[in-house]
Amino acid sequence: MKKKTLLRVAALLKNRSAQLLASILLAAASVMLSLYIPILFGKAIDEIVAEGINFSAIFSFLSRAGAIILVSALLQWIMGAINNRVVFETVRTVRQQAFENIERLPLRYIDGHAYGDLLSRVISDADQFADGLLLGFSQFFTGIVTIFTTLGFMLSIAPGVAAVAALLTPLSIFVAKFIASNTHSLFKKQSEIRGEQTALIDEMVGGASVVAAYGYRARASKRFEKVNRELETTTRRATFISSLVNPCTRFVNALVYAAVCLVGAMAVIAGEMTVGGLSAILSYATQYAKPFNEISGVVTELQNAIVCAKRLFELIDEPPEPSDEGLPSLPEISGNVGIRSVCFSYSPDKPLIRNFDLNVRPGQRVAIVGPTGCGKTTLINLLMRFYDVDSGEITVEGENIAGVTRKSLRRGFGMVLQDTWLCSGTIRDNIVMGKPDATDEEIVSAAKATHAHSFIRRLPQGYDTPVGEGGGNLSAGQKQLLCITRVMLSTPPMLILDEATSSIDAKTELRVQRAFEKLMKDKTSFIVAHRLSTIMSADLILVMKNGNVVEQGTHAELMKKGGFYAELYNSQFAH
Amino acid sequence: MKNLLKYFRGYGKEALCAPFFKILEAAFELLVPFVVAAIIDRGVPSGDKVYIVRMCGVLVLLGTVGLATTLAAQYFAAKGAVGFCTNLRQALFDHIQSLGFSERDLLGSSSMITRLTSDINTVQSGLNMTLRLMMRSPIIVFGAMIMAFTIDFRSALIFLVTIPVLTVIVVGITLFCIPLYDDVQKKLEKVLLSVKENLVGARVIRAFCKEEQETEKFSQRNDSLCREQKRVGKISAAMNPLTFVIINLAIILLIYRGALEVESGALTQGMVIALYNYMSQILVELIKLANLIISIPKSLACAKRVSSVLSVRPEMQNGSDKTVDFGTEYALEYVGCGLRYSGAAEDSLENISFKLKQGETLGVIGPTGCGKSSLAALAPRFYDCTSGEVRVYGKNVRDYDLDTLRGAIGFVFQKNRLFSGTVRDNLSFGAENADDSDMINALKSAQAWDFVSEKGGLDFEISQGSSNLSGGQTQRLCIARALVRKPKILILDDSSSALDYATEARLRSAISKLEGNPAAVIVSQRVSTVMHCDRILVLEDGRCEGLGTHDQLLKTCAEYREICESQLRASEGGAAS
Repeated sequence: MKKKTLLRVAALLKNRSAQLLASILLAAASVMLSLYIPILFGKAIDEIVAEGINFSAIFSFLSRAGAIILVSALLQWIMGAINNRVVFETVRTVRQQAFENIERLPLRYIDGHAYGDLLSRVISDADQFADGLLLGFSQFFTGIVTIFTTLGFMLSIAPGVAAVAALLTPLSIFVAKFIASNTHSLFKKQSEIRGEQTALIDEMVGGASVVAAYGYRARASKRFEKVNRELETTTRRATFISSLVNPCTRFVNALVYAAVCLVGAMAVIAGEMTVGGLSAILSYATQYAKPFNEISGVVTELQNAIVCAKRLFELIDEPPEPSDEGLPSLPEISGNVGIRSVCFSYSPDKPLIRNFDLNVRPGQRVAIVGPTGCGKTTLINLLMRFYDVDSGEITVEGENIAGVTRKSLRRGFGMVLQDTWLCSGTIRDNIVMGKPDATDEEIVSAAKATHAHSFIRRLPQGYDTPVGEGGGNLSAGQKQLLCITRVMLSTPPMLILDEATSSIDAKTELRVQRAFEKLMKDKTSFIVAHRLSTIMSADLILVMKNGNVVEQGTHAELMKKGGFYAELYNSQFAH
Repeated sequence: MKNLLKYFRGYGKEALCAPFFKILEAAFELLVPFVVAAIIDRGVPSGDKVYIVRMCGVLVLLGTVGLATTLAAQYFAAKGAVGFCTNLRQALFDHIQSLGFSERDLLGSSSMITRLTSDINTVQSGLNMTLRLMMRSPIIVFGAMIMAFTIDFRSALIFLVTIPVLTVIVVGITLFCIPLYDDVQKKLEKVLLSVKENLVGARVIRAFCKEEQETEKFSQRNDSLCREQKRVGKISAAMNPLTFVIINLAIILLIYRGALEVESGALTQGMVIALYNYMSQILVELIKLANLIISIPKSLACAKRVSSVLSVRPEMQNGSDKTVDFGTEYALEYVGCGLRYSGAAEDSLENISFKLKQGETLGVIGPTGCGKSSLAALAPRFYDCTSGEVRVYGKNVRDYDLDTLRGAIGFVFQKNRLFSGTVRDNLSFGAENADDSDMINALKSAQAWDFVSEKGGLDFEISQGSSNLSGGQTQRLCIARALVRKPKILILDDSSSALDYATEARLRSAISKLEGNPAAVIVSQRVSTVMHCDRILVLEDGRCEGLGTHDQLLKTCAEYREICESQLRASEGGAAS
C-alpha cells in the first residue's frame, strides 16, 4: 500500500525530473564544497607555527576558502529555490486534482463523508505532504551527501581517527529511535484526549446558550476540568519524553567528540596527523552527527507525508459520476416527466422506494406531503440525478434522464432547497448564479417579484453587499428570498421547491406565493409542501410515509379515500 | 497580554527553573573549546599523554553534567508550559461560559472554539520552545563572544562585528517573512473556503451547473496560494546561505588575524583553534534559532487572541435574590419593554407590555425579523431590556440570581441543539435529579417517546450534532429537555417549526395538560400553532400590533387577518373551528 503511494508520488514528480536532477547535483556540489572548507582552514592553521609563519601560504589557503564559501552558498540558495518550486507546484497540482474530483464525485460520496474529513484532506493533508516533501528534498539528499563526503575527508586525513568518529556517531541514531518509539503511544493518547476535549468544547461553546439557559455552567466546567487535567498529564509526559531526543544525541556526540579528541591528540603526538588536521576532524565530528539526526527526523516526517498523500490520492482516485460526455442533451423541455417502476434505496439493506410510477404533464403541480422525515427529499435527489435510480427509469420528454447529459437535465429545473445555501460573494453574485449574463434591470425586477428588493435595498451596499460565509449576516427568511430570486431570474421550465416558503414570514410569504403562482404558471413543478394552500392547489398530491409513496391523487380523491392523507389533513387543525 | 501571566500560578518555579538549567547547560558547553585548546597547547607539544587523557575525561564530564542539566531544563519546561496552558484553557473555558449572550454573539462560536483549541496549543508549543531554546541561543552566542574576549581582545573584535550582522540578517529576514506568511495563511483560507463551499453547496452548484466556474475559481485561488508560497520560500531560503557565508568569512579573518597574533607571540595555535570553534558554535546555534524564531510570532499572535477574549467583560450584573415566590398573581409581566442591541441603529423591540398568570398561554406571531425571539429572550435575561422592565413572579428579573431565574424557566431555542450522549444524558442536562419516569413523561408530552422507544429508549446514543435524528425529532427532544425540568414558565421560541401539523397539534394538547400548569409563551410563524392560546401578541417591526384572542384579533387586527389569510386561505378559516 505504502509502495503504491510512493509510486504515485514518483509519477507526480516525473515531469519535473530535470529540476530534481539539478537539485540533487546542486546538493552534492554545495555540500562537498562546504565540507572542503575545514580542510583548507586546517591547512592554514598548520602554517601557524611558532617557528616562522608562512603568510603567503596562509593567504592562498584562505582566499581559496573564501571563493569556495561564496560558490557553495550560491549553489545552496539555488537548490533551495528549485526545491521550493517543485514542492509547491506539485502540491498545487494535487490540490487541483482533488478539487476537480470533488466536483465530479457522486453526491452519495459527499453525503456519506463528513465535510471536515474531506476538507482536511485538501487543506491540511496537502500541507503536510508539502512539508514532508520539502524537508525530504532539502535535507535528505544533503544529509546523505554530507555523511559520505565527511567520511571520505576524515579518512583522507587520518583513517584511524576517522574510524572512531564514523563508528561511534551512529549511536545517536539508536538513541533517538529508542526515544521516538516510546513517545509514539503517548502522542497517540494525547491526540485521543485532545479529540475528546475538542468535542466537548465544540458542544459546550457551540451550545453555550443552552448551557446558560439550563444552569449547566458549573457541571460543564467540571467536565472540562476532568479532561483538561487528563490532557495535562499526558501532554507533559509526551512533551518531556520527546524533548529528550536532542539532549541525548547531544550527549552521545559529546562522547564521540571526546573520543576523537583523545585518539586525534595521540595521533598528532605520534606524528600521524597535524594539528590543523585534528581541528578539521573535530569540526567534521560535530557535523557528521547532524545529518544522521536530521535524516531520522526526515524519515518520520516523510512517513507522515506518505500517509497524508495516501488520503489525498484516495480522494483523487474515488470514482467520479459516470461521464456523460457524448450523450445527447435533452431536447426542448415542455415539462413531461415520467417515472416508471422506479426502485431506490440509500443502502441495500434498507429498501426505500419500490416500483414507483408517476406521470406528470406540462404545467402540472405535484405536491409531496408526509410526516417529518418520511423521505420527501429523496424524490428531489432522483429527479435532479443527484442519485441514480436502482432500477426503473425517470424520463423527461420521453427521454430517459440517465441517457442525457446531467447539465441539460439540471438546467431544466429551478431548485430551492430547505437548507438555503449561499456562496460567499455579493448578493448579486448569488442571484445571478443561474444566469451570469443577467442585466441589472433583470436582477432588480426578479428581486422585486420575490419582494427581496426591499430588504436588499436597505443593506449597506445594496446588491453589492458581500454575503458572509454561509450567509451569516442574513436572516433565514432573507436567505430563502435570495434563493427564490435566484430561480426567478433563471426561469427554468420545471421547478423543484423543497418547503421553500417554510421559514419566510407569513406576510412576505403571501406575496412570494403570488410571485410563485406567476412563476409556476405553465411550468411543471414539484413541491415538498407544508402549507395547506400549496397542497390544495396542487394537481397531484404524493403522500409519502417511511420513504415510500403510499398514496397519490388530488385532494378531493384522497379525502374521499379516507386513508393516510385524510388522517394527516384532519389532524391539522384539531384541538 | 500581561493578563496571561497569572496563569503561571502553581508553575512559576518550573517556568524559572527551565531557563536557569538551560543557562547552566550552555555554560558547560562553552567550556569545551577551552579544554580542546589546552590539549593542543599543553598536551600535544609536550607529548603528555596522561594530561591528554585527563582532559578528555573532563570533556566526558562536561557532556555528562550538560546532559543532567538539560534533562532538568526539559522537564521543567514541559511541566511549566503544559501547566500554564492547562490553567489558561480552563480559565478561558469558564470565562466563555460566564459571558453574556451579547458578548458571545460578538465573538462568534467558531472563533471561541479556535481560541480554546488550536490557539492555545500553539501557545503551548511556543512557550515550551521559548523556555528551552530562547535562553540557550543568546547565551551560546554571547557566551562564545565573551570567551573569545578572554582569549584575545583584538581577535574578539571580529566577533563583536559578526554577531550584530548575523542578528540583523536572521531577525531581518524573519521579520520580513512574517507578514508574508500571514498572506500565505490568508490565501490558504480562501482555498479552504472554496472547498468548503463546494462540499456544503454541492447540490446547488450542480443544480446551476456551476462546476466549471467553481473549478476555475478554485484554480485561481490555488495558483495565487502557490505563487505566494514560492515567494516566501525564495526569501527564507536565503537565510542559511547568507549566515553560512558571513560566519565563514569571519573565520577566515580570525585565522589570518590569529596568524599575526601568533607571530607576535600573543596567541598560541590552540587558542586560534578555540576561537575558530567558538565561531562554529555560533553558526550551529543561529541556524537553530532561525528555525525557532519563526514560530515565536505565531505563538504570540495566538496568545494575543486568547488574551483579547479573556479581557471581554460580561456586561450583565448578576442579581442576588435566590428565592422565587410562586404564589404571586402574575407569573410573567412585561412592562413597556424595549430592546436595542448594542451597536444597532434601531430598537428591536418597542414598548411591549403583557401579563401572564400561572397556566395561561401567550402566542407571539409576526414576520421574520420582527423581534419575536428578542421578546422571548428577555424573560430568562439572555439580554437585558434597554427600557421598561420584565418581572417574573412580581420581581424584576435583574434582582434574581441568574441560575435561580433560569431555573424557573424552561426555554426552548429556535436554533436548538442536543449534545452527544444518550437521551438520558441530554434530558438530565437541565435536571440533574430527574428519574426515568420523569424523563419518559416529558418525552411523551413532547411527542418524542414513540421514536425514542423505537430507537432503544433512554439509552439511545445521540451522535454529535444529532446527525442520527431528523430535524423534527431533534426539536421534540429539545422540548422534552425543557419539560423534564417541570418549569413554572415555559417558553417555546419557534421550536416546533419542523413538526408536521398532526404532531404539532398533539404536542399542543399535551402542553396544555402539563402538570405544574406552567405559564407558556409560544412563539411561531404559524397561525395554527398560536391560534388556541389565551392571548396572541401580533408583532411587527418590534411593535405590538395587537393583543387578544384569535377571534378578537380577526376582527380588530389587520396584520393578523392578513397572516391568517395567507396560511388558512384554502380552508377559508373554516377548518379552524
